[in-house]
Amino acid sequence: MTTGIYLPWRAVVWALACTLLLPLTSGTVIGTEHGAPAPAAAVASSGDPLASARWGEMQRQFIGNAPFVFDPRVKVSAPELAENPLQVPISVDAAALAGVEEVIVFADFNPIVEILRFYPEAVPASLGFRVKLQQSTPVRAAARTADGVWHVGGTWVNTAGGGCTTPSLGSGSPLWQAQLNQVAARQWSTGPNAGRLRLKIVHPMDTGLVAGIPAFFLEEITLRDAAGQRLLRVQPAEPVAENPVFTLGGLGNGPVEASGRDNNGNQFSTRIAP
Amino acid sequence: MSYRQFFCRESYSRQWGRLCCQLLGALLLVGAGLPAALAEAFNYHLQPQQVAPGVYVLLGAREDFDSRNGGNIVNTGFIVGRDGVIVIDSGPSRRYGEQLRAAIRRVTPLPPVLVLNTHHHPDHFLGNQAFAELPIAALPATRQGIAAEGNAFAENLYRLSGDWLKGTEVLAPNRELAAGTLEVAGRKLDLLALAGHTDADLVVIDRASGVIFAGDLVFHQRAPTTPHAEIGGWLAALDALEALTRAPGFTRLVPGHGPVSADATPIAETRAWLRWLAGQLEADARAGLDMSEVLQRPLPPELARLPLAQREYRRSVEHWFPAIEARVLAEKP
Repeated sequence: MTTGIYLPWRAVVWALACTLLLPLTSGTVIGTEHGAPAPAAAVASSGDPLASARWGEMQRQFIGNAPFVFDPRVKVSAPELAENPLQVPISVDAAALAGVEEVIVFADFNPIVEILRFYPEAVPASLGFRVKLQQSTPVRAAARTADGVWHVGGTWVNTAGGGCTTPSLGSGSPLWQAQLNQVAARQWSTGPNAGRLRLKIVHPMDTGLVAGIPAFFLEEITLRDAAGQRLLRVQPAEPVAENPVFTLGGLGNGPVEASGRDNNGNQFSTRIAP
Repeated sequence: MSYRQFFCRESYSRQWGRLCCQLLGALLLVGAGLPAALAEAFNYHLQPQQVAPGVYVLLGAREDFDSRNGGNIVNTGFIVGRDGVIVIDSGPSRRYGEQLRAAIRRVTPLPPVLVLNTHHHPDHFLGNQAFAELPIAALPATRQGIAAEGNAFAENLYRLSGDWLKGTEVLAPNRELAAGTLEVAGRKLDLLALAGHTDADLVVIDRASGVIFAGDLVFHQRAPTTPHAEIGGWLAALDALEALTRAPGFTRLVPGHGPVSADATPIAETRAWLRWLAGQLEADARAGLDMSEVLQRPLPPELARLPLAQREYRRSVEHWFPAIEARVLAEKP
């Protein structure tokens, strides 16, 4: 209720249209013909099931000339309507694909498009987190499998916006400096979510888009098992929400070492026991 | 052919004349019809309903803010005293406030003498401008909340409801209230300073009629909103209100949203929603759920049937879950 940003109605209309179209067009390999109804002009030319005007740009930036498919096995869960543009919950799940080596998450219409990358080295290719969104936008995940093919999934998120140009709560308060990079984490070894880890790191995650507040964000997080084997690497970018919370699964019962650093070189390292 | 030749040829000038007449006629039609259409377009059609002698309520739609309802999703009310009218909440816009004032005039020739704002949410105070010359009173934290957040609320409401908000500016209350008895216009009002829906929630009891104006502490047949809620305080406030409905003399309970009731049913409904929500979010955080999984949870059927249940659930998760999750993650297992 505290944002007063103009709502991009065209994007909303597109979003609604795309929500309707999604079941018809997802999973289409680029370039093939399909019989999706209007407003499918954009879809027919780009193959993008989310019919975003920015898809071509996204493809150039993240995929380049590599082969790719729109693949419904790459699931991006997000609220259709996000109440708080500073904390929009996103879950990416590409675990249905074998051999995922890298996942890039991005939002077509965000002023900073890239949200994060992760490398699931010894855990399933799924990750939950929260992001800042500036306006209604597709949020997508592109998962690269061992054969070099990118598998792209996504969903539209509608929001009042302003998430990237609103100062972090941390930047307005001296408290975070004492707690910077503090980790609160918990690992579940029993129950329906056994093997799950949730990790919260205190960090303002400033985007650099607010006047007078430079970009200041976590850019590398690594999880290792007790033997030192790397399980997962995450490379967050500026749009990840303040005080990031990550959810991942498929861990064993042993302790996990979490370490990382931000773009100013502040480091953290902590041991999480189940 | 020169211009002169062109315009002087009879056939052309006749055609032009006819065209001009048609255009003029069309303009006249539009000119006559447009103001009426516009007035109609921004008419809230406020209908005061008498719930007790001298006590009236104007029921809003059980919807979210949009450009069709113009923000009229709220209940306001007024009490006709011996020599004046007490207004309880002024609605979501300047237009609403003006139309509320006109609706009061249709009921009584007595003038409004006092406006009370039950709390600092925009649908309850943005009509204050229509009563600018009067004492407008609220609890201290409500005054502060309106001063601090009022403009952001108004902008957001403008975004959601469009031109219904035209001309609306924040007019913060100019008097502070304290809990106790207030005598105004020959009417004794018991004022309760509760909290939970916001930091300050005013409850107004009209002693002569036994009507309780509960503000947004009580929602009826509509899912509660929680952007500034504090669950423990809210549940305690509901207990206090329920006791009042058992006191002798009680006749009607006016919720902030939803129909008026002759018993405590809306209190039980609000309590059930809040208790379920708080318990479920706590359990979900303890079970290790991610916020997007929490958002996808189906609601229990008895709660899902409430208007706006899905939407308010989603909003409440976004308001509450991060804090609950932070607490659970910080605990040593």
